[in-house]
Amino acid sequence: MSLIFYSDKCIACGECVEACPFGVLRLEGETLIIGDGCNLCGACVEVCEVEALAVPETEGLAPRPETPPDGVWVLAEQRHGELAPVTTELLGEARRLAEVLGVKVAAVLLGDGVAHLSEALLYAGANQVYLAEHPRLADFVEETYAAALTELARKFQPEIILAGATYLGRAFIPQVAAGLKTGLTADCTAFAIDPEKRLLLQTRPAFGGNIMATIITPRTYPQMATARPGVFKPATPVAAPYGEVIRVDLAALGRPPRSRFVGTVAEIKERIPLNAAEVIVAGGRGLKEAKHVKLLEELADLLGGAVGATRAAVDAGWIPYAQQIGQTGKTVSPKLYIACGISGATQHLVGMQSSDVIVAINKDPQAPIFQVADVGLVGDLFEIVPALIQEIKKDRG
Amino acid sequence: MPHIIVCIKQVPETQEVRLDPVTHTLKREGIAAIINPFDLYALEEGLRVKDARGGTVTVITMGPPQAEVALREALGFGADAAVLLSDRAFAGADTWATALTLARAVDKLGGADLIFCGKQAIDGDTAQVGPMLATILDIPYVAWARKLAFNDGGAVTVERLLDHGYDAVETSLPALITVVKEINEPRVPSFKAKLKAKKAAIPVWGLADLNLAAHEVGLNGSFTQVVKVFPPPARGTSEIWTGAPEELAARLWRRLKEQSKAQL
Repeated sequence: MSLIFYSDKCIACGECVEACPFGVLRLEGETLIIGDGCNLCGACVEVCEVEALAVPETEGLAPRPETPPDGVWVLAEQRHGELAPVTTELLGEARRLAEVLGVKVAAVLLGDGVAHLSEALLYAGANQVYLAEHPRLADFVEETYAAALTELARKFQPEIILAGATYLGRAFIPQVAAGLKTGLTADCTAFAIDPEKRLLLQTRPAFGGNIMATIITPRTYPQMATARPGVFKPATPVAAPYGEVIRVDLAALGRPPRSRFVGTVAEIKERIPLNAAEVIVAGGRGLKEAKHVKLLEELADLLGGAVGATRAAVDAGWIPYAQQIGQTGKTVSPKLYIACGISGATQHLVGMQSSDVIVAINKDPQAPIFQVADVGLVGDLFEIVPALIQEIKKDRG
Repeated sequence: MPHIIVCIKQVPETQEVRLDPVTHTLKREGIAAIINPFDLYALEEGLRVKDARGGTVTVITMGPPQAEVALREALGFGADAAVLLSDRAFAGADTWATALTLARAVDKLGGADLIFCGKQAIDGDTAQVGPMLATILDIPYVAWARKLAFNDGGAVTVERLLDHGYDAVETSLPALITVVKEINEPRVPSFKAKLKAKKAAIPVWGLADLNLAAHEVGLNGSFTQVVKVFPPPARGTSEIWTGAPEELAARLWRRLKEQSKAQL
């Protein structure tokens, strides 16, 4: 399949050539040449003002099946009986989507000895909790979790499944989508419903956050997406929770496993997990030495936040990899991000630029970090950060 | 002797892809194509398994004809063979259609004892093709590995990253493993291997070679569809403050208390 080009409409303005993220379009005189590597992303179609370009319609495909019986599902992510914050965030979003569709919201709770979490899920607005408890679900194993959720989805047939784009969610949700032979969109930051077509509009960043794309799953169910933690507002608790807990025995758990959990090797000692922190104080190369990390920790503690790092600070061994923010680390969007001694390489910016308020402290007034900062303080972090700590302590008496 | 397959992807260097927030056109100074950086760790791990236990490493990629460059580079690192999956019909594939195409190639290669993938590609950032490939092949899979240890019984213990820390998971072979960058330090390609790579024949497999129909691959075979591409919302213009540290600190704290939505 290739891009459709109507040469009679083309005015050779070159907009599409500029817009192509893959650089495969070029103009030879008045003729547009479509090179190899076009993946039909449609960026050129968007910018063409004379409608000379089109993405081909898919051919000979099965029509969209009937709307399935069940509503919007949220994976209730938990570990050892504690819910991950993303679960209530997604329940809030699921309620909003379900209202437009006129369907119920269900939480899917997988684990061992986790029945007590049902109440929190009902309070967060779930109309139903599908509960599967089994010793093999006590700790996360891709194959087991994937088989369990796949079986549940086959049995009850939801219209939509949402899960957190955590390491856990992103590890096994693709297997569920593949097992159900349906589409999956990773790491979404916005959802909407096209009420006419009953389609879930899934928006996500791509190219390290430089481009946003809206994606649909037009002809299969369930429509599946993982969603970035910390982006959606947690569900406001319902005054009088109502709903039922449906216990399910899964055949998949009776089959002999090919992988098994051995043990936890190391816990990441984050006082607050990065993804859940409202405030992040992050350090970069400007920290100069490992011992200066303490300064950031002190500020983070005062603000009830977590410490993050750039790749440079991690590679230097000052801060553990688990705290790395950016393209090769985590993506975060706290309410307040304080960047200390961080120059602002693109690879770092893509991991934090959706924070609500960004404060940058850097000696170099030309540092790129200032371009994404709401407030930029030009100066020495070793002077400004201690002064800020003093100021906060003074203010609080 | 294990047969190891490493899946790689050729990607543009991300930071060069940026839409102008006003005109929606692309700011770009010539896009360089590279091997997805995470895939280099997957390749290195494959080579290390081979160095320790023998066997062969085959590198596969799906992409346009020019993706052959990425395969040749992988051969330069020491891979034994490479196959390019390329066909006009593959264009516009989502992660499912990509995984299905790769799965048929793995079948055609006679399967593998170990398949390595990088944790995600830096252009799409989906981290979906690896796990989907494992499901289609019906083999066990472990995500985000930082360490492998082979057991006597032919199983492998994988130490892997999760949100809370690192877990160990034991899995039987064949298996698919996605790796994080902590797992190793990729080697420098040797001059000899590079020279050999230059002359290596790289077969190109299309639709017919893989026993696939046109409606199963590319845009036609995709379950998801991109309906809109747009630049991210621009951030507000920033204020730059200079002055004595104490003044800056006091001013900042006042501002944060007024403005920040965080509980301070």
